[in-house]
Amino acid sequence: MIIILDYGLGNLGSIQNMLKKVGKRSVISSDKDEILSASKIILPGVGAFDTGINNLRKLDLIEILNYKALTEKIPVMGICLGMQLMCNSSAEGTSKGLSWFKADLVRFETQMGLRVPHMNWSYTKILKESKLFENMPDGMKFYHVHSYHIANKPSESILESDYHGYKFVSALQNDNILGVQFHPEKSHKFGMILLDNFVNKI
Amino acid sequence: MQNFRVIPLLLYRNMGLYKSIKFDNYTYIGDPINAVKIFNDKEVDEIIFLDIESKEVDSDPNYEIIKEIATECFMPICYGGRISNIKQITKILSLGIEKVSINKKAITDPKFIKSAVEEFGSSTIVVSIDVKKNFWGKYEIYTDNGKRNTKIDPFSFAREMEKIGVGEILLNSIDKDGTMSGYDIELITKLTSSINLPVVACGGASNIYDLKNAINKGNASAVAAASMFVYYGKHKAVLINYPNQLELKSIFL
Repeated sequence: MIIILDYGLGNLGSIQNMLKKVGKRSVISSDKDEILSASKIILPGVGAFDTGINNLRKLDLIEILNYKALTEKIPVMGICLGMQLMCNSSAEGTSKGLSWFKADLVRFETQMGLRVPHMNWSYTKILKESKLFENMPDGMKFYHVHSYHIANKPSESILESDYHGYKFVSALQNDNILGVQFHPEKSHKFGMILLDNFVNKI
Repeated sequence: MQNFRVIPLLLYRNMGLYKSIKFDNYTYIGDPINAVKIFNDKEVDEIIFLDIESKEVDSDPNYEIIKEIATECFMPICYGGRISNIKQITKILSLGIEKVSINKKAITDPKFIKSAVEEFGSSTIVVSIDVKKNFWGKYEIYTDNGKRNTKIDPFSFAREMEKIGVGEILLNSIDKDGTMSGYDIELITKLTSSINLPVVACGGASNIYDLKNAINKGNASAVAAASMFVYYGKHKAVLINYPNQLELKSIFL
């Protein structure tokens, strides 16, 4: 069973809608037993970094997520804040992340004339082949909404996005653990193919 | 690469989609769900859906229609209309919407906007302002579908919203609405130079060159339009349309 983790943040219905469209049933849950039996987990989320980690802690889900991702090694994908929580830290808060990726988050530099939050479709460049990008049509672009992004280019980087010339890493993969900064569930065919790949190929 | 959102804006009332001219003279366009389906097939960048039904102050948003729309859309949707408390936003987001646009409540109760930003994050909260130029050339914010002049200066109001942490401003020009005579570039420029937030410009677009002007001259981050995407030809036949990717790319390069 695919579990969309409900920790009180974010727009879970639209992920479920798109999974349904690609023919997969999923359950929105914060129930530990359900999560323990999950075959795949999606960690969504929109909001602040510290709130995200605190909510996971309050629901007592961190240990079980670590077990599923690091010991059992089932495919886990973070979306937007969900991906950010999989990193070490964020300039947005003081809490420590899950540290599944050796990555940190910094704020967009507004000095470059960029408006923040970055709320836009951005074209992307594949940095490292991944099953996530199989069968993608040309002109792969995704809808992004965020003020913080991955700093530098961690070794897990697989995709880069372009915000009016400002390039940043927008997807990470460490074996079974994946994270995307953008919203595949809101990115038309590109997002649908990506989610399809996650549920069927990884 | 430069890339800007081009957004159909849909006005909903009386169970249907309508298009106005200067916030008046509403013309029936068609069925909302059907229109949203077509826009989804055309892979539009985003949809702004505003429920402008005038109802009692305390009535809830129409969750049924919001849910139907969200289920049809695999793109970002911004919903606006009759939002006055946190519980309503929670409900709207749970249906599959990711942004809410707040209009009158932002003016009457900025504290509410602050708590909404704290609860849902900046990127979820859009404040929309309806602006009209007065006889002396001064811009003022109107509420109640353009009926009530608040006399508030839109630029200082937007700065206040930026400080509170709002993620985006939706700027509507009442004078330009439905006229298809081009955007009010002066208004857009004044607003984009007052704040560092993304500004979605709306009101007056009739073709892709208008879109280009709002972005290149006005410095808007995104352009919204209604008439342009629902009317076709000089007799304004109702036909849902949207520029293709090649056309869009050509104007933003």
